[in-house]
Amino acid sequence: MENEANKKKIWALVITGFFSLLSVLTFAYNDLYIYLSAYLWFGFIYGMCLQYGRFCFASAFRDLFAVGVPRMVVGIMTATIFFAIVSSFVTATGFSTFHPSPSGIHSAIAGLIFGIGMVFAGGCASGSLYKTGEGNGAALLVVLSISITQSSFADLGGWLNKLVPQSWHESAVAKKLPEVINAGDGWLDQYLAGYVWNHPTVTFAKMLGMKNESILGAFIGNFIIGVVIPALLMLAVVYIFWVRKNYARDMSKGKDTTPGFRSHVAGGFWGMILSSKRTSIAGLILGIACGLQMFVIEGLRIKFGIRNAGEILTMLGSDFGLSVRGTVFDPGYWYVTTQEAQWVGWVMQKLGWNNMDNIFFGYINGIPNPALNPADWMSLALIGGAAVMALMNNEFKFKKPTMELALWAIIGGFLMGIGSRLGLGCNVGAFFVRVANGDVGGWLFGLGMIGGAFIGVKFFNWWTERQMAKEMAALEL
Amino acid sequence: MAIKFDKKSDGVYSLDCTGYVCPHPQIYTKKMLERIHSGDTLEVIFDNPSSSESIVAMCVSMGNEIIDKKAEGGKYIYTIRKAA
Repeated sequence: MENEANKKKIWALVITGFFSLLSVLTFAYNDLYIYLSAYLWFGFIYGMCLQYGRFCFASAFRDLFAVGVPRMVVGIMTATIFFAIVSSFVTATGFSTFHPSPSGIHSAIAGLIFGIGMVFAGGCASGSLYKTGEGNGAALLVVLSISITQSSFADLGGWLNKLVPQSWHESAVAKKLPEVINAGDGWLDQYLAGYVWNHPTVTFAKMLGMKNESILGAFIGNFIIGVVIPALLMLAVVYIFWVRKNYARDMSKGKDTTPGFRSHVAGGFWGMILSSKRTSIAGLILGIACGLQMFVIEGLRIKFGIRNAGEILTMLGSDFGLSVRGTVFDPGYWYVTTQEAQWVGWVMQKLGWNNMDNIFFGYINGIPNPALNPADWMSLALIGGAAVMALMNNEFKFKKPTMELALWAIIGGFLMGIGSRLGLGCNVGAFFVRVANGDVGGWLFGLGMIGGAFIGVKFFNWWTERQMAKEMAALEL
Repeated sequence: MAIKFDKKSDGVYSLDCTGYVCPHPQIYTKKMLERIHSGDTLEVIFDNPSSSESIVAMCVSMGNEIIDKKAEGGKYIYTIRKAA
């Protein structure tokens, strides 16, 4: 057993050594590669934190509704608050890479679909990546399903065009995008250009008449009002409805009195916040790292005199798959799903499918060579970081999914793929990053995810009851 | 493989969720705990690390006691005694 554990530790060192060598050798070849390495090492940190903290957005409201456990709700709010405070500094000093996205009811609907998908899949987008690093075959299937769904959905037209309202079509065509993009063809193109882009971007700072980059806007508007107050409210609701009764029960054991308000706040509520040390530590590091990544990437953009990694790729001599505007997907912060869609999009493009005549790939994100795609370096390192953490703690185990789990993974991944394109991101890009930067649409997506978790749990409760009835028929209790 | 439920002896049960990912181990553990009697023990076997946190937190909140915890090579065996 000890031999096995030692072998796993060696593998952890091999993976870390590989990423280190990659960074050093590519930098020695051309110092522009430091831009990709920056993404890589932040991805590595995210992977380690996620695995260590069992940090999965899917489990937040799913486990709260299903088994009464608030651990991940607490973890996510902790991470969001820390991300937001760092982000406020970064924004107020002019180093932010964040841009709010158009907000509207579509954000909530997208979150709902994504939320149901997360429950079925057994993990969110980032959760599925880190669990792939643990050797979880079902999680890998989820990632593949999300990727294939997004890549296909981005380009599909045909009969799907009949489902597009005429107003969307007309509005999309009126945007006069480059002819090669053909924004009037394709469901997602017309949804984006003909509907989503007509919605305003809204931040809490803007709603209060402040500039996002001002100190008041960044700290008071987007941080205190946009993050701290809603997060505390959410945690208070969770405490009141799910934790308070158990705390009162435990405090009243052997005594005649019930705990008062101060005891509930100092003991019960604070106890809920600190109940999982792993999650708290992971949330703290994740939040700070996310904010720092924005600072580092913007710093590198200033250093190299660029606005987008497409310019880096061009300077490196690779212009395959750049968008019509010469850009590639380069969020400047933690993001999942788009780069995975690009893997599939790139393969399909190489196999002869034209994926560059749609907005998602052709106008915005491109489909560069995955080996040179900065966001891909981040995702692969996320998987690697999670693998290293799992190997170091003897938790790595290859798990082949059963047919049942494979089906859940594919269905869940499909719904997540659809939800992430409709919401312009996943639990990370459409919720975590947006909320931490004061974007109102982030909370809308989050509310949708909560609704999706509720529906998903209802279904899972029915499904597990059915399975138990079948498997326990002969068991006498 | 399917989820396996077994009665090892009077008041001692086992639930094998090996191979299953979130939320199966924690949901099945909760449902099994609801079915057994106070004072009974339930041995839960699973290999999904993230379920470990949820199962521990669930037991603490419901007042159930985890009387034994084993974790090795990605496999977890938790023995839970249902609260009175």
